[in-house]
Amino acid sequence: MSGRGGNAWRWLREHAVSIVGVLVVLYMLIPIAVIFGFSFNDPAGRYNFTWVGFTFSHWSNAFGIPELNEALLTSLKLAVLATVISTAIGTLMALALVRYEFFGRRAANFLIVIPMATPEVVMGSALLSFFLLIGTFSLGFETLLIAHVMFCISFVVVVVRSRLIGFDRYLEEAAKDLGASGIQTFRLVTLPLIMPGIFGAAMLAFALSIDDFVISNFNSGTTVTFPLYIFGAAQRGIPVEVNVIAMILFFFTVTAMGFATWQQRRAEKMTSVRPEQESTIAVPAGAPAAT
Amino acid sequence: MRRRVAPYFLLGPGAAWLLLFFVVPLYYLGELSLNSGVFGSYEFSWHWANYSDALRLYDTQFVRSFLYAGLATLFALLLAYPLAYTIAFKAGRWRNVLLFAVVAPFFTTYLIRTLAWETILSDQSPVVSVLDALGLAPEGHVLATAGAVIAGLTYNFLPFMVLPIYASLERLDVRLIEAGKDLYASATQTFFRVTLPLSAPGVVAGTLLTFIPASGDYVNAQFLGSANNQMIGNVIQSLYLKQSDYPAAAALSFVLMALILILVLVYIRFAGSEALMGEEAAG
Repeated sequence: MSGRGGNAWRWLREHAVSIVGVLVVLYMLIPIAVIFGFSFNDPAGRYNFTWVGFTFSHWSNAFGIPELNEALLTSLKLAVLATVISTAIGTLMALALVRYEFFGRRAANFLIVIPMATPEVVMGSALLSFFLLIGTFSLGFETLLIAHVMFCISFVVVVVRSRLIGFDRYLEEAAKDLGASGIQTFRLVTLPLIMPGIFGAAMLAFALSIDDFVISNFNSGTTVTFPLYIFGAAQRGIPVEVNVIAMILFFFTVTAMGFATWQQRRAEKMTSVRPEQESTIAVPAGAPAAT
Repeated sequence: MRRRVAPYFLLGPGAAWLLLFFVVPLYYLGELSLNSGVFGSYEFSWHWANYSDALRLYDTQFVRSFLYAGLATLFALLLAYPLAYTIAFKAGRWRNVLLFAVVAPFFTTYLIRTLAWETILSDQSPVVSVLDALGLAPEGHVLATAGAVIAGLTYNFLPFMVLPIYASLERLDVRLIEAGKDLYASATQTFFRVTLPLSAPGVVAGTLLTFIPASGDYVNAQFLGSANNQMIGNVIQSLYLKQSDYPAAAALSFVLMALILILVLVYIRFAGSEALMGEEAAG
């Protein structure tokens, strides 16, 4: 070994993997730093590509571009609706898949996986072909909503399902032993326990919807969402306000994430009142209070 | 009896939505791909020539798409594995912070992230000067080259690689690694014969989740590439939305999906299917 004796060299060797890991994390964060930094830029021309000077003016003027506001509003409306619909029907699907053995289960699993294994450009063009040929839908908000719910469902199912698989069925049985009806058990035990999963799925659906460009590009008609606005503006120079709004969305989502983690911790506390596996059947007196 | 119908009720709305707005549209895509005529009067006529034309005219873009996507997947794997390993085994109380950093890029719009790379890789940027000094940026620019497009794809799909690998490393039984060491395997041997095989489902899932969207992508080629870096997604987008040549675009979409499906099936045959189907066995 060439570096024998060098403490620094040994330290480097021992931590090589972690060092690479941290460098990769930094690499992942670079663009975010650039977007944030350039939201304070005062570009000379229409293109916000080179650093000119520092200004707060774009932050104070964040909502000063009417078309941008409109696009953002459309995106938010679309994302909220797509999230609510896809989370509701996706959660039901996940319950069916985890809780029941039934004919067609494999086919249903396949139906859920295959949209995730299809490139967006294929989904977008297939939906556009469908809308063009059947002619009942006019391209716009309606077709965007259909498309967004479609590509969110699979992700919702996957997230909620993973939460359901790790679920302790004894808690439900305990509730039933204590005289709860099926619906009460679901409402008071099952739902609160899988809530973090549902919340996580909803956040993912929201993020997917508000960020979608490719499928929306095919099915939007003349409706403009936030990503479509950016794409349109990219040719003629993107206003700095886009960076500002992107960062506002970023901080907003980060806050929501923090809230979700907090929820998750709470749910984990609820489940942790159950006895450890070693202590077998004996249920501590405090357990039912968890519901 | 109630238990028999219950799953179908639960499944109903979602399955209907996916059938009507995912499966049925694929049928219409197929139908449109066999149309002939000019814009405004396309007619269904079993026009298979759309397919041979599509492959003949755009074979370069097909090859390029799979090449770029394949390289991006490889680079993403090389970057993601050490990171996932760090998060799973070395991060300690920093684990959640690092996991958050991995998903953070998702919270800024995809297009803006790609445009940020356009800034980072532009000719005036310090990054490019450094690359130039190292001899990695021929003629002093990176933007509008294949390298820029592949870098963009690698970056944009990296979280899809990190998360599944992390998930499979995280539930790996650490005692197995210790057993490897107890049996006098070196760190390298333990890694290649214990850790890596056990994390294979994550690697398989990650490569698929990276390769599939990357091969259909057109945003990176549009913003970071030049006319010589156009991928098949760019062709489909332009035929569909700019030139209104629906039959040709539909045929290309169909071929793209078929090729990806074949590649994925071959890959899964070699790598095992648990990762993709997400069967309960994995949990």
